[in-house]
Amino acid sequence: MRRINGRERTVLWFGGALLFLALITIGGRFLAEKAMVTDFSRKNLAPCPAYLFGTDWMGRDMFVRTLTGLSMSIRIGFLAAGVSALLALILGTASAVMGRAVDSVITWIIDLVMGIPHILLLILISYACGKGFKGVVIGVSLTHWTSLARLIRGEVLQLKEAAYIKAAGKLGMSRFKTAWKHMVPHLLPQFLVGLILLFPHAILHEASITFLGFGLSPEQPAIGVILSESMQYLAMGKWWLALFPGLLLAGTAALFDVAGESLRKLLDPGSAHR
Amino acid sequence: MKSHFMFVGKQLIRMILLLICVSIAAFFLVSVSPVDPLQANVGQAALGSMSQEQIAKLNAYWGVGEPAMSRFLAWASDFFRGDMGISLLYRRPVAEVIAVKFVNSIWLLAAAWMISGIMGFLLGVLAGMKRGTWIDRAVKGYSLMIASTPAFWLALVLLMVFAVWLQILPVGLSVPIGMEAEGVTLADRIRHAILPALTLSITGVSNIALHTREKMIDIMESDYVLFARARGESSWSIFKNHGFRNVVLPAITLQFASISEIFGGSVLVEQIFSYPGLGQAAVTAGIGSDVPLLLGVTVISAAIVFGGNLTANLLYGVVDPRIRRGGAKK
Repeated sequence: MRRINGRERTVLWFGGALLFLALITIGGRFLAEKAMVTDFSRKNLAPCPAYLFGTDWMGRDMFVRTLTGLSMSIRIGFLAAGVSALLALILGTASAVMGRAVDSVITWIIDLVMGIPHILLLILISYACGKGFKGVVIGVSLTHWTSLARLIRGEVLQLKEAAYIKAAGKLGMSRFKTAWKHMVPHLLPQFLVGLILLFPHAILHEASITFLGFGLSPEQPAIGVILSESMQYLAMGKWWLALFPGLLLAGTAALFDVAGESLRKLLDPGSAHR
Repeated sequence: MKSHFMFVGKQLIRMILLLICVSIAAFFLVSVSPVDPLQANVGQAALGSMSQEQIAKLNAYWGVGEPAMSRFLAWASDFFRGDMGISLLYRRPVAEVIAVKFVNSIWLLAAAWMISGIMGFLLGVLAGMKRGTWIDRAVKGYSLMIASTPAFWLALVLLMVFAVWLQILPVGLSVPIGMEAEGVTLADRIRHAILPALTLSITGVSNIALHTREKMIDIMESDYVLFARARGESSWSIFKNHGFRNVVLPAITLQFASISEIFGGSVLVEQIFSYPGLGQAAVTAGIGSDVPLLLGVTVISAAIVFGGNLTANLLYGVVDPRIRRGGAKK
């Protein structure tokens, strides 16, 4: 068998990461009922082949609970990262194209959002929405667009000055057609990569805010809830309640990173050499 | 020199305007909250037993029914005079509560900030200069791994290992439980701050190391470094004479921009280690609907973040003669 080259390996990484994430998302969705099952005949079991992550004090299978929680986190991440990326695209482009007044207002808003520490802003927004699911989604969507918006603004500003864009204008191409034919193909890869790289942040922040008690309600098998419950049992030596769910959460975030970076390398081969 | 003062003045005004906007935004957020201050703070049972006049009085006290604008102006003018209101949970002036929490937090934050900044810078420079070697791979691997690890889970793991399993460090709080304030030694305080500071440092290092590494790689690929190599300069003298001066500017930006992240991390970490600092106060205030305290912590933390950015902008001029002479060039 011939050795696969770097680009093929990147494709494999990208595909593998996506497949794994899809499995977690879909698997967790179908296991949702099983995650709620309590069975006191099997409570506080340490990890064993039958229960990979052990069971908690109510005899719930931690592996199933973790998967369900992660699936929930990923779906919230989808919603929030999507909204965030769209906001970034609209505001970033508007800031670069619509003149100085709009630009200074939008950069001002970006500075404002970046000035309040993320977690604190999430707490405030969650409080404004009366806590719960809605608060998390709105909070994560409204706090994560800033850096991508800055990136897009910079790119568009640079593109506007590019020789081929100016030439297109001078040749009589309409502004809309210039944007569609020359700008979008340049921006789209960066936008897609930025979108995927938003996921890990969105997921980790969702878990954090739920962990603090502002996010999803305690009945839901969310990953933040699992970890905050596990805190009470740490001192009793039930290490598996915290260790494995957290590891899987970190792994999920890392996989999104892998997917995003691989996609960047595929769409922008020059960046692979950095 | 005059243009430099102009630059500083502009930055200062910008910072103050941003702070005013932050307080307006924060006030707006807490005032659209569906959480009814009367329900949250007086309680359903107590409300039921009160007469209409008493409820009307309380409504007036909490500002229910008053337009948000006039409430904001009242709050802001008090705030400006140093009166941040009374914390509803601690039953003491917010300024007092924040002062106590701030002193607790600042040591923790400062330690984590310094450690993560210095370690991140050193690791980043080392990885950038030794690009492609095992050092580079190790630093990069560590940074990428930590970037996807939630800080609060890391705190839990450290707590598990050092406090529960090895039992060499305390589980939480900033001082031993049940001890008189005078009996607390500096050693006690340090012992209690080790784990939270360690968590914050471990997570803080990764971002700074990664970015410093990128900058260092850019510098190592530049013509002046190539020329220095051709002259036969050693790695150390390249770093000393060419690398350091060029990498220190972006490092300052990063270091001061990381204040916001360290503060955000401290909210989670203080909660886990029950360390009574600003972060924990924010969480308690949010959960207990203590609006004055929540607003106070938000404005203070935003002031710290903006102050950091301002300091970074001022330091550019000190570090880089080009900016000092060129005035307000960024």
